This record gives sequence, C-alpha cells and structure tokens, in this order.
Amino acid sequence: MTSTTTAAPATEDGDRPPRSRDTSGPDPFDHDALPTPPGATAALLRSLLAPMRSRVAVTTLLLLLQQAAVQTGPLLVAYAIDNAVPAFRDHDHGPLIAVGAGYLLCALLSGGLQFAFIEASARVNQNVLLDLRGRIFRHAQALSVDFHERYTSGRLISRSTTDVESLRELLDEGLQELVTVVLSFVYISAMLLWLDLGLGAVAVASFVPLYLLVRRYQRRAGRVYRARSTAIAAVIVKFVETMNGIRPVRAFRREAANDAEFAVLNQRHERTNGDTLLEMARYVVGSRLVANTAVAGIVLWGAYRVASGTLELGVLAAAVLYLRRLYDPIDRLGMFLNSYQSAAASLEKIAGLLAQTPSVPEPSVPRELPSSDDGFPGREVVFDGVRFAYRTGGEVLPRFDLTLPAGQTVAVVGSTGAGKSTLAKLLARFYDPSGGRVLLDGVDLRELGTAELRSGVVMVTQEAFLFSGTVADNIAIGRPDATREDIERAAKAIGAHEFIDALPDGYDTDVRKRGGRISAGQRQLVAFARALLADPAVLILDEATSSLDVPGERAVQRAMATVLRGRTAVVIAHRLSTVEIADRVLVMEHGRIVEDGSPDELIAGTGRFADLHRAWRDSLA
Amino acid sequence: MPTTRATTAEEARPERSAVRTLLRLWPYVRPVRARLFTAAIVAIVASCVGLVIPLVLKWMVDGPVADRAPAGVWLGALCLLLLGVAEAVLFGTRRWLVARPLSHVEAELRAAMYGRLQRLPVSFHDRWASGQLLSRATTDLMLLRMFLAFPLTFLLVNGVTILVGVVIMLMQDWVLGLVVLGPAVPVLWTCVVFERRYAEVARRAQDQVGDLTTVVEESVLGIRIIKGFGRHRAQSRAFHELSGRLRGTELRKARLLATIWGVIVTLPEAAIGAALVVGALRVADGELSAGTLVAFLSTALALRWPVDSIGFLLAMSQEAASATERYFEVMDEEPESSGTVAGGAGAGAEPGLRFHGVRFRYPDAPPDSPPLLDRVDLHIRPGESMALVGATGSGKTTLTALVPRLHEVTSGRISLNGVDIAAMPRAELRARVAVAFEEPTLFSTSVGENVLMGAADGAGKADLDRALSVARADFAHGLPEGTGTRVGEQGLSLSGGQRQRLALARAVVGRPEFLVLDDPLSALDVHTEAAVEAALRQVLADTTALIVAHRPSTVLLADRVALLSGGRIAAVGTHQELLRTNAEYAHLMSGAAAGEREDHA
Repeated sequence: MTSTTTAAPATEDGDRPPRSRDTSGPDPFDHDALPTPPGATAALLRSLLAPMRSRVAVTTLLLLLQQAAVQTGPLLVAYAIDNAVPAFRDHDHGPLIAVGAGYLLCALLSGGLQFAFIEASARVNQNVLLDLRGRIFRHAQALSVDFHERYTSGRLISRSTTDVESLRELLDEGLQELVTVVLSFVYISAMLLWLDLGLGAVAVASFVPLYLLVRRYQRRAGRVYRARSTAIAAVIVKFVETMNGIRPVRAFRREAANDAEFAVLNQRHERTNGDTLLEMARYVVGSRLVANTAVAGIVLWGAYRVASGTLELGVLAAAVLYLRRLYDPIDRLGMFLNSYQSAAASLEKIAGLLAQTPSVPEPSVPRELPSSDDGFPGREVVFDGVRFAYRTGGEVLPRFDLTLPAGQTVAVVGSTGAGKSTLAKLLARFYDPSGGRVLLDGVDLRELGTAELRSGVVMVTQEAFLFSGTVADNIAIGRPDATREDIERAAKAIGAHEFIDALPDGYDTDVRKRGGRISAGQRQLVAFARALLADPAVLILDEATSSLDVPGERAVQRAMATVLRGRTAVVIAHRLSTVEIADRVLVMEHGRIVEDGSPDELIAGTGRFADLHRAWRDSLA
Repeated sequence: MPTTRATTAEEARPERSAVRTLLRLWPYVRPVRARLFTAAIVAIVASCVGLVIPLVLKWMVDGPVADRAPAGVWLGALCLLLLGVAEAVLFGTRRWLVARPLSHVEAELRAAMYGRLQRLPVSFHDRWASGQLLSRATTDLMLLRMFLAFPLTFLLVNGVTILVGVVIMLMQDWVLGLVVLGPAVPVLWTCVVFERRYAEVARRAQDQVGDLTTVVEESVLGIRIIKGFGRHRAQSRAFHELSGRLRGTELRKARLLATIWGVIVTLPEAAIGAALVVGALRVADGELSAGTLVAFLSTALALRWPVDSIGFLLAMSQEAASATERYFEVMDEEPESSGTVAGGAGAGAEPGLRFHGVRFRYPDAPPDSPPLLDRVDLHIRPGESMALVGATGSGKTTLTALVPRLHEVTSGRISLNGVDIAAMPRAELRARVAVAFEEPTLFSTSVGENVLMGAADGAGKADLDRALSVARADFAHGLPEGTGTRVGEQGLSLSGGQRQRLALARAVVGRPEFLVLDDPLSALDVHTEAAVEAALRQVLADTTALIVAHRPSTVLLADRVALLSGGRIAAVGTHQELLRTNAEYAHLMSGAAAGEREDHA
C-alpha cells in the first residue's frame, strides 16, 4: 500500500492537474493533518479521564469483583471432583452443598456485578464523550474566522462526528474488553500457578509470543487506521459540499461527474477499510494458533502427569476449563486494539484541532469600555498604525492611521479586492492586525471580552446565513434576552415585518422547513433586524444590501438614518445609493485610502469618487 | 438560540419488525452473498470444531488417563493440536472472506445514497438538514457494515453452535442437559422484551446524533454570524443541551443493555452450577464417568460465549435495523424522474421561451394556501432578453428555478421553442438552459473546471478564456496557479464578487440557447458591473435570456422587462415604457416615486 499518497486525499482528487500537486506546498491544512504536538493525544485522554477518577475506580472495582466471581467456577469444579465427590461417597453431604451454594452465589454475583458495571461504565463513557464533544465544539467556536476559512467545514464536522464516534466505540467496548482481558489473564494465570506451578508456567510462557503478535498488529493496524480516518474525512467533505450546493449541482448536471469523483474517495475508504479488516484477520489467525498450541501442550503434559499419577484429575479438569477461558478473550483483545487504533487516530486529529490556538484570542484580563456619558451609543474608532498581511504573506493593508469620531457614518467604497472587507474584519476583530492597534474609545479591541466587544461592534455581512429554528429565533441571535415586542420592533424598523408576518406561522415559522423559500433579500432583512436588535455602538455593514431591491434598500436606508443616529457606522457598498446617508466617504484602492472627505466635497471634486458617482448616476437613468 | 429537532416525523413511524427492515439490505448484500454464506459456513465449522475439543478431553480422561496409559495421551494431544490449528485457520478464513466484500457493501450503500441524494428534488433538500443526511451516510452505514460482519453471521453461527452443543450435552447425559437448558425460556423471553425497548431507544439516539451533527454543521457554516454577535457561548450551550440529551438516551440504552447482560450472565451460570451439583452426585453414585462430567462442563462453558453474546448481538441488530430504517427513509424518496411526462406537445412551433398559465405552490405548502405564482403568462422571443422585476419575495427566484425544472410547475406549462419542458429529458433541458444563481457556489476543484462545468464535454481553453472575459473574471489568470487554482470548500477563498463572476462565466461558457440569470451582478462594484454588462450585451444579443434584476443598470441589459406582482406578470414593456406607465415599476426602480411603501393595487 502506498501509504504516503493515500494519507493526503485533499491533494489528489484524481482529476486535478498533476502539476498543481507539486506546487501545493507544505500547508498542513491541505492534508487534513494539523501538527499534533507530541504527547498531546495522551494528555487529551488523561485530561478527559481525570475528572472521572473516582468513578473510574469504582467501575474498575466492580469489574474486578465481577471477574473474581466469574473465575471462581472452575475452582469449584476441581473441588467438586477431587473433594466433594469422595466426601459424598463417604456420606458427607456438606462439601457438595457448599459447592452448589457457592456456585449459585457466584452466578448471582457475576450477573449483579455485570449489571452494575455496565451502568457505571456507561456513565463514565458518556461523561467523557459529553466533555470531548463540548470541548471540540467550544474550541472550534473559539477559533478565529481565518482558521475556519482554511479548515473546511467538512473536516470540522468529521472531527466532531466520526472521530468522536470512534472514541465512543473504544470506551463502550474497548476499555471494558481490555480490562476484562487483562484481569482474566491475571486471575487465570494466578489460579493456574496456584493449581499447579508447572502448568501455570507453560501458560504464562505462552504470553510471550502473544505479546509479540499484539505488538506487531498494533504497529501495522495503526498505519491502516490512520489512512482510513483520513479517507472517511475526504468522503465527508465531498458529501457536505454536494448537499450544500445541490442547486448548481442539478442545474449544471454535475450528478454523474460527482458520482465519479465520490466513487474515487469512497473506494479509497473502501480499500483502507478492507485493509483494517484484513489486518485483524491476520492477527486472529496468529493469536489463535499460539493459544490452541498452548492448550494442546498443557493438556498433553497435564494428562501425562495424571496418567502417571503425579496430578489430580480435578486439577487437570479445572486447568482445562481455565485454559479455554484464558485464550477466549484474545480475539477481543484484537477488537480492543482495533478500536484503540481507530480511536487513537481520531484522537490524534482531535488533539491537533484542540492544539490550534485562536489567532484572535480572548484577553485573559478583559477590560471594559468606558461608559459613554453623552447619551449616544456611538464610540470613537481609531486605527493606530494598523497594517495587515496574511500569514502566508501578501500584504493586504499597508500601514495606515484612521480615526472615526463617535457617531459618524462612514461609507467605504472601492473596487473588489481593494481591502474594504479586510478593514471591516479588523474592526469587527475577525482578524487581528499584523501591526498597530484598533482602538474603541481608546481601548484596544484585543483587550475586550467577547460580551463587551459585541456590545461594541457588530458586523452584518452579505451572506445572510439562517440557523435552523424560527424566524424570531434567528433575529434574537442579536440579543437573546429580547422580548417578542423587541424582535418585532426591530423587524418593523427595517421593513422586514410585512414578509415575516405573511409567512405561514409568522415569526414562528421554521426557517429550515422553508429555508429555501426565504429569498436572499429577505434573509438580508432578517440579518439586519438581528443587527438592529443587538444595538451596538459601532455597526459595520459589509455589502449588506446587495440582494435587496431598490425599495427595500431605500427602506433600510430610511431605517438606518434613524437607527444610525448617534451610532458609529461603517458601510461598505458597491451601490453608491448607500453613500447618501454617509457623513464621510473613504475611497480605497490597493489597500490604501486614496480619498477621504464628505460626499459633497468628493462629488464636487475630480477624484475617483466623482467618477464613480457619475457612473452610478448614469446607471440609474 | 435556535434549536433543532429531528427532521423525521417521530409520530408516524409505522411499527415494523427489525427483521423485515434488515431484509431490505438484501439487494446490496446479494452480490457478495456467496462469500458471506461461505464465511458463515466456515464460522459454523470452526465453532463446531471448538465443541469437539471437550469430547477429545473426555476420551483422554476416561481412556488413557483413567487407564494410566501415558502413551495414549499423545494421540489425544495431537488431535487437540490439529483441531486447534483448524479452528485458528477457519476463523482467520472467515474474516479474510468477508473483509473486502463488506467494505464493498458499505461503499456501495454510501455511493447509492450519494447518487440518490443528488437526484432527489430540490424541495427534499430544502426540508432536510444536511447533518441528518451526513450521519446517515457515515455513522449509520458503519453500523450496517458491523452488523453484516458480526451479528448477522454470529446470530446464525452461535445459534447453530448452541444447538450442536445442546445436542452433544443431551447425548452425553440427558439429565444434565435438561438442567443446563432450564434457563433457556426465561432468557429468550427477556431477549424479546428487551429487543423491543432497545429498538426505540436506539432509534432515538441515532436521531439525536443527527441533530447534533446539524448543530455542528450550522455553527461552522454560520461562524461569521456567531462570531459577529459574540454568540459562541450561547451556541455552545445549545450544543451542550443537545449532547446532554443524547447522553441521557445513551444511558437509558446502557441500562437496558445492563439488564439483559445481568439476566444472560446469571441464569446460565446458575444452571451450570446446578449441573455441577447434579453431575457430582451422579459421579459419586457411579452413574456418570468423571470424564463425561469434565467434558460436559467444558461444553457448557464453551457455550457461554455464544449465549452471552446473544444480548449484544441483538442490540447491534436493533441498531442496525434502525440505521437501515434511517437509510431507506432517504432512499425511499422519489428521485426526479429523468424527464418526460407524456402529453404537453401540440403547442405549435412557437419559438422562444414561453410560460403558459404557470401556477406554482411549494409541494409542502398547505394545499389551501394561495399559490406563490398564479397564472404566469410570458413569452420571451428567440434571441430576446427579458428582465424580470418584482418586489422582494415576489417569486422571481422561484420562477427561474422552474425553467431548469429544479421545481415542477403545479399547473400550466413552460415551453422552449414550442416543446413543453415536461416532455423533455431533464438532462437535455438542463444542457439547453444555463443558470447563474444569486448565491454563487463553487466546487472544490480548479477555477477552470468550475467554469467548464457549464459547457458540453470537449469545450477547451478557448471557450474558457472567452467566458472568463465575458464575465470579466480575468482575475482567474492571475491566481497562483492560473485557471488551475483550486477553489471552493478545499481551496482558495474568493470574494463574493469574484465568485459571482465565475458563476456567470460558468453560465455563458457553453453558449447556451437559453440563459437564466438570477441577479447576476449584485455583488459587483459599479465599474466591474459596467464592464461585465458591456461584455454580457454581446452574449445576450443572440441568446434567449431571462434575467432577474433589482436595479435599473441590470434591467438595461434586457430588451424588455416583465413585472412580477401578486403571482402573475402584471406588465411587460421596455424599461422606459414601464417607468412611465406603471407606478409599481417606477417605485421598484427608483424607490422614490411612490414615496412610502404601499400596497400596489
């Protein structure tokens, strides 16, 4: 198996021109293999189990006792054959009654303890999973927008679904198996040694080849499991992408092409999946061979000694019964290694994700914004020597200074790629500047806690994503404690009330059921209402009216004129109509602010804005 | 914060037996049935070999050992060794036999589901969260593979093993055999009761996993909003609540499992204890040889695993059954038919794109609700481009979706050059009609391939360059790897305007006969828009096009304008005509004419 190529599905989708693979560079994001710091996986597992310490102890104890009860059976058999039967022949019924009572007790204990153990271990497992799911989720949410722009949604989803699932399998079946296997090895070896030193020693000696087999399997399986986990992630990415883009898929008849591409990924998963199963088959044959050979050997020697009178028959019987049990769980040990390997591969990826530090971290000691005393919500924004470049290089915004006085509405115009959105994202703290500071009323954005930051700055973007839930829920994202009146007021202010009211269940309409039916323009209105409800000091509108029709845009503008009064606002728009409500216009080009002034000034001038404005006027004709 | 519920109606799920449900997998399993069947036979043989071992022991204990004939034990040990080797090889063979085929079945199921999902009506996708679909295509299918690998084989194998074991025990000593068989009835009864309850809880857990997946997915896709409003803690709380609910369900599952295990461990163990006592009594009376007792107990113990395992095998089967149910909930949905509905011809060879009395209501809308589109009549002459104008939410996008049959008209018909689109194979229809959506989705492949998707096979570099230049998407040549640069989910992220231009290029690259553009320039700045318009005019000169427009600049691309209002075409004319004669149109175009928002009479 050429494991080096299968480990990187993201780079070889079959139809990709080969040259691009050579130039794709070592970006770990391309390979679904974020660097996992050494020891992080083990540390993660430890930290997950640490809070469960006492529960784990109780659970282990239950299993210990349960195994003790189970493993007493053959001992009673030996006793029955060697002692109780002769005693009974001598009319001493006591030993046989004891055997019967003892066996019944063992049965009750094994069953009862088994019940208690499953209950207890399920509790531990579920708590660990709850913890892990929560951690992944919270961490993914805490990571910054630029991380999400690089780590695809499909991968994040597979981290928190299939990868967690494989840990669940390990916990549900694996750990119990492992403890059972280890315990029964220990118990049975001890019993065998106690019954007969020689027979016991042979049994213990057989552990050496078994151990070697296990080691070999572990090494080989580790490789195939990692390959499988990567393969399924690639399948998920393709799946999610197709389902989320189903309209263009249909309109451009991509079904067959997609089937073919999916088949490549799916077959790679099939192959790696089969590899893992074959590894297991190999292991089973090996371990069974060793076990059965050992059984034959021990029986041979034991029987020989009973025949020559140096061993009790009952002891041989018990030894044989124990031996069957000794090697029984070997397959299950394999299954444990199985789930261990797949969980280890998954945990490694999860640990890699959790090791990512947010490039926009929350402050450890958050500062508060000074209280605004003038009765207006707006705050002053200062870009102080700010510059921004992507991590991969390529400067987007060269160093600049800019002050937006509190309460000012500023329009930012310029062609695509001029850096308008980057400016907005810096102000919303989706990114942190590569140099310099962004200040809100004199406080660096990096020092503000989340709640404080979001009461300060809110951004409405062009892509108006709706979460499943009702329309009202979606608006309430702006302010979760808002009453229905608040929500309706916000919707009315922005001109969204009419269409919401006309939906089948009004504000309680489930957008998922009719998600496709709320038009792009209507979704933008919902996004606006959401922002209004948030009532921020600084409002950023990034192309937020692009899908609205002219009356809709007008209505929004009218609403803005009142809503923005006293608020600081940054409006990015291609349509210059938006500029009419602005106090000030910035024209950007190639990352620089090339014009700055009031709309009237600029229109009257001869600069780029005057050009733009003329072109726009003409387009209205 | 919004919460999610399982998309599937929990109320109206017909009671169906697990076996019947699982049988539906047969078509997928059929191709590998020979191997699977052979594997089961092999496993049965292997298990029976295991059962012969105690008999050899008995022969040794009662023969050479009792006779104090050490030489005789060699033969027995050799038998044991051979049986042991046979067992090992057989077990390995079983796994080897099924490894590839079962992965193949899983892959086939997934491919079939993917293929089906791609072909289900768009309205299906509107209804289903993709997280629910994803958990069906991954977690559920893994469950199914595991079911085929273990429970399916081992329920049979263990059943046979138990049967053979019981026969062996009865043959050795029928009294002891009956004692051991005693608990069979209560154990079976518990299994049956358990099976029913477990099925319910297992299904609930799977649905909850799907819901959880949906939340994860939404929180990733909506990350900018969550960040923008500082809502990630609330989102985490919502997630926590859902995962807490899942934990509760999983614990209930565990409790059921614990109960069945408790019963399955206690009763047989107690029966073995009873057999030991009875056996010992009879050995003492000399009615039974020690070897028989050892062999008997050894057999009984060998049957422990087969009996013990029935609990979790049934549990896995239950989970597999509900996974199957969830799988077929998707697979049972009707895909879009490949096209042709009979009739619809006879419209005459009317050239151009024509809507005849088109009425449309979303299939899941209440039947008494007013249709969204009500008697739309519109004729776009060949080579003509028609702008479609209407208020937000008036149904413009819906109308455009009807042309490539992403949705089906409720009544009325749409014809291309006189041919009813309902009578046309969908593939052909979609080849003739190119669409640019308002939300430009690019796929994880190169820029070039994203654009060339819109063309017939064999389109080349020249077509690509032409389309890129029409859409003013020449920036593509300047990307790190030119038009070979990968974009989409797994590639370079492009701005909204860039994506929109690529989507436009994709629509025009195939020089389609009919072009449907949904607000194709909304994300462009004024200069780019003007440039795109200039180039687009040449394309539109000889293409029949329907263009959804919000703005005068876009409207001016078209020869005529149709105003969509109240579910019908209220007016058709040139931009200037309508501006003069139609108040609603003037309002939509300038926003000022009517002053305030008003209901248009």
